[in-house]
Amino acid sequence: MVLFDKQLGGLLLHVGRAMAQRHLSITGSCSAIQKMTRVRVVDNSALGNTAYHRPPRCIHVYNKTGVGKVGDKILLAIKGEKKKALIVGHRMPGPSMTPRFDSNNVVLIEDNGNPTGTRIKIPIPTILRSKEGEYSKVLAIAQRFV
Amino acid sequence: MAALRKVLPVQLFSGLRLPWSLRSSSRLLSVGEDESSKFQPPPKPVIVDKTIKSTRRKFLSPEFIPPRDRKDSLKYLIERKDMVARRKLLNIPEFYVGSVLAVTMSDPHASNKVSKFVGICTQRSGTGLGTTFVLRNIIEGQGVEICYDLYSPRIQDIQVLKLEKRLDGNLMYLRDALPEYSTFDFDMKPVPHHVAEEVPVNQLKVKMKPKPWSKRWERPKYKVQGIKFELYLTEEKLKEAMKWDRPWAEFDMLKEYDTTKIEERIWKEINPELDK
Repeated sequence: MVLFDKQLGGLLLHVGRAMAQRHLSITGSCSAIQKMTRVRVVDNSALGNTAYHRPPRCIHVYNKTGVGKVGDKILLAIKGEKKKALIVGHRMPGPSMTPRFDSNNVVLIEDNGNPTGTRIKIPIPTILRSKEGEYSKVLAIAQRFV
Repeated sequence: MAALRKVLPVQLFSGLRLPWSLRSSSRLLSVGEDESSKFQPPPKPVIVDKTIKSTRRKFLSPEFIPPRDRKDSLKYLIERKDMVARRKLLNIPEFYVGSVLAVTMSDPHASNKVSKFVGICTQRSGTGLGTTFVLRNIIEGQGVEICYDLYSPRIQDIQVLKLEKRLDGNLMYLRDALPEYSTFDFDMKPVPHHVAEEVPVNQLKVKMKPKPWSKRWERPKYKVQGIKFELYLTEEKLKEAMKWDRPWAEFDMLKEYDTTKIEERIWKEINPELDK
């Protein structure tokens, strides 16, 4: 039994190390946000902040190119549900003099454009203000702009 | 004419930077003239450090040097003229990769139309008018980078909060380093730096996050000095990385680019214009 345990431990260690070396994420930066991109929910909604064994993924981008940038609406698969979200920052550098973030950030929104959460702590790019009319409620819950 | 003569000695007295002999003689004179009058306290000395200009280090911003493999084309001359014209309006200070900067930029979408960002300069790239630099900071745990165009008319102010260099000419590895190395306070006070002093080199070696990094920084082509790779990689892995080393590349005479003469020529061309 002891021997078996030792073997199992060694095996697990090997597997873990191999996985750590094999693991190379390219979804983050190769293009902005497309289908199957994992995203980070940055508001304080219950749906986005409770743990789940699968990260939220983009399953559709509501524009003609299929590549989501700041200000685009996407459909998320989150906790086994479908939910709409607004992109508020991505890893891919955008136009010059605009911020580039270290993660792909989204804010959950209802079908009518109202935000699900009540607060956004992470900084939001000011360029979103050019869509003031559509997402004014999302901008209203943001605390910091960059 | 008489008025002018009256004004002149006053200016001499307030000047303070007179040669010793002249000053002492004028003092003697004044004592002789005003012996009868009451004691007057001497005026407070106004210290004007005129030595600064003469001892200022000669610094040519790297974007003035044209890229290699090109003829000295007219395009670069015209761009230099535009750059000098911009520099007359906006004070672009001397800074390096690793310095902490505060940039104020006009932003039509920001509140009161101005946005300020503070961060460490992680990269400078491009030459001529298209020069860019990247500032990085971590705000509320979220890493944010902004790539600024140095000569963009949207930039209103560039302030150097801390002038220093780092071991590397490119700090993009800060993306994979622990957040404390790229966190800077927005209300940071500028650290004073004497103009004549050499720019200090910060010998900091950063601690990295665990291994899946955005790039293989251990590869010789990045020439990273600011990471202790022994802490994160096994000896075999380090040896493996050194397989990509090209120690002969530095002896490649076709890739040699000696800029000293070009620098001198451009300095002579630019300096009188900037001082105007």
